Amino acid sequence: MNATVLRAGWSRGLIELRQSFTNGAELFSHFLWPALMVATLFFIRDLPVGALLLGAVALPGILGMNAATGVIGMSQQLTADREDGTLLRAKATPHGMPAYLIGKVITVSGGLLADLAIFLVPAVLLVEGLRIGPQSWPGLAWVLALGLVATLPIGAVLGSMFTTARAQGLVQLPFLAVIGISGIFYPITVLPEWLQWIAQIFPIYWMGLGMRSALLPDAAVVVEIGESWRHLETAGVLGAWALLGLLMAPVVLRRMARGESGSTVAARRERALQRTG
Amino acid sequence: MTKSNGIVLDVDGLRMRYGSLDVLHDVTFQARHGEVLALLGPNGAGKTTTIEILEGFRVRSQGRVSVLGADPAHGDEQWRARLGIVLQSWRDHGKWRVREFLAHLGTYYAPYAVPGISRPWDPDELIERVGLTEHAGKKLKTLSGGQRRRLDVAIGLVGRPEVLFLDEPTTGFDPQARSDFHALVRDLADARETTVLLTTHDLDEAEKLADRILVLNGGRIVADGTAAELARRIVGEDEVRWVRDGRRYVERTPDSTTFARELFARYGDDVRELEVHRASLEQTYLALVREAEEVAR
Repeated sequence: MNATVLRAGWSRGLIELRQSFTNGAELFSHFLWPALMVATLFFIRDLPVGALLLGAVALPGILGMNAATGVIGMSQQLTADREDGTLLRAKATPHGMPAYLIGKVITVSGGLLADLAIFLVPAVLLVEGLRIGPQSWPGLAWVLALGLVATLPIGAVLGSMFTTARAQGLVQLPFLAVIGISGIFYPITVLPEWLQWIAQIFPIYWMGLGMRSALLPDAAVVVEIGESWRHLETAGVLGAWALLGLLMAPVVLRRMARGESGSTVAARRERALQRTG
Repeated sequence: MTKSNGIVLDVDGLRMRYGSLDVLHDVTFQARHGEVLALLGPNGAGKTTTIEILEGFRVRSQGRVSVLGADPAHGDEQWRARLGIVLQSWRDHGKWRVREFLAHLGTYYAPYAVPGISRPWDPDELIERVGLTEHAGKKLKTLSGGQRRRLDVAIGLVGRPEVLFLDEPTTGFDPQARSDFHALVRDLADARETTVLLTTHDLDEAEKLADRILVLNGGRIVADGTAAELARRIVGEDEVRWVRDGRRYVERTPDSTTFARELFARYGDDVRELEVHRASLEQTYLALVREAEEVAR
């Protein structure tokens, strides 16, 4: 039975991934964000940060930040799918919910990886001072993988807490604020210490740090907190978020799914129409 | 497996209460294997609440409910695989294409095939059966209301369900689609012995499709029987109209023939423009609903 669920989830994920790369609006958004980030890099690439150039410091940070947007992507899709009855359909189908979730993880993480590649290829050509070689890939891979496990379940939890896409939009504001203090576009050490502490609670800072440790020369560590790449702490914080998400997501999702029925979906739709009409 | 002519739906003393408001009072009925049952009633009668409890989407307040031998509140995936569900309005999976979606959903049911029931239904055959062949490559969000509804029915059928729940299935159908749909449901009931529970507020539909009609009003079942039985039950509702001394009279009576004879015996030639309307099922239904509302007051 489990093989069927995995296969169904996998094929759901691939079908939705294909859909998101074959329709105009979504294709546009897959290129828009990477293009904006490449443009930003272009303008800041030659600013000095100690002995380094800002372009090289910011590029890995942007990779980490983009990977963390899985929180937003996951919660957006979950809220939308709940609103239009896709989740209810999953509930009406045998083993539909686990297959739905597997599919969603594949769609969101697949889309993210594609976005990262779309950004990385032109960005690497633009920026000087990176240290990219065979030794970069293992570091990149574990930070990315652990980062996704730390963020996607949390995204699913957030997505099930909101009943409408409009309310879900509120998640984005604090997310942007956290990006602002996470040392993505400049070293976090220039911020006041209390802000540094807040930033270190969230995964975004650690995903950026992990990416920098994989893609920058060792000398670049001098602008980091404690002049260390802090791999252990990175794994610890991301691991804690992953654990929290994986513990919470099944409980929250199950509770949310239990409340779904034809009339709750219809009632929400009614309310949404009243607001927009 | 349910034996043929076994009880597939068994509802006994079902109550549903939201806060202090009772929306279902003591609803009791049964459906046998292969039967088509219509839950008929005006809007707000409790039809959707009843069907959602049977689907396992809503937890009842009181009473005993059994669907295919299991309590819907604790039905497992194997149980779910034997149900087909068509809700009042679906607009999910808008980016998927018709054939792609049916083929995908079918894979969930494949492990539940049993001797005698091959699951899932072949997607192309099913698409043809509901008349969507020329739209098989379309995205769901581009379908018209009637096409989408036919797809919803196809989705409900893709797992070859033993019990099919249809909540207001023909809303938005044109007469041709409606008649095609009726033929499909009759075929299902005849050939595959699928038990069907459908809600409708369309009496004509209930009469055409159902072996048995349950009239639900104000959260109570006010009548349960075949269309003919229901019509017979309210023989008292023939309507007699006449004019005497320039005044119009309307009277409801169980026996219009005797009433008319007595009317003439009493007033003779003064009785003019006599009309006798025999009880139709529609009048029966309206009378039942009216009667139930009066009792409730």
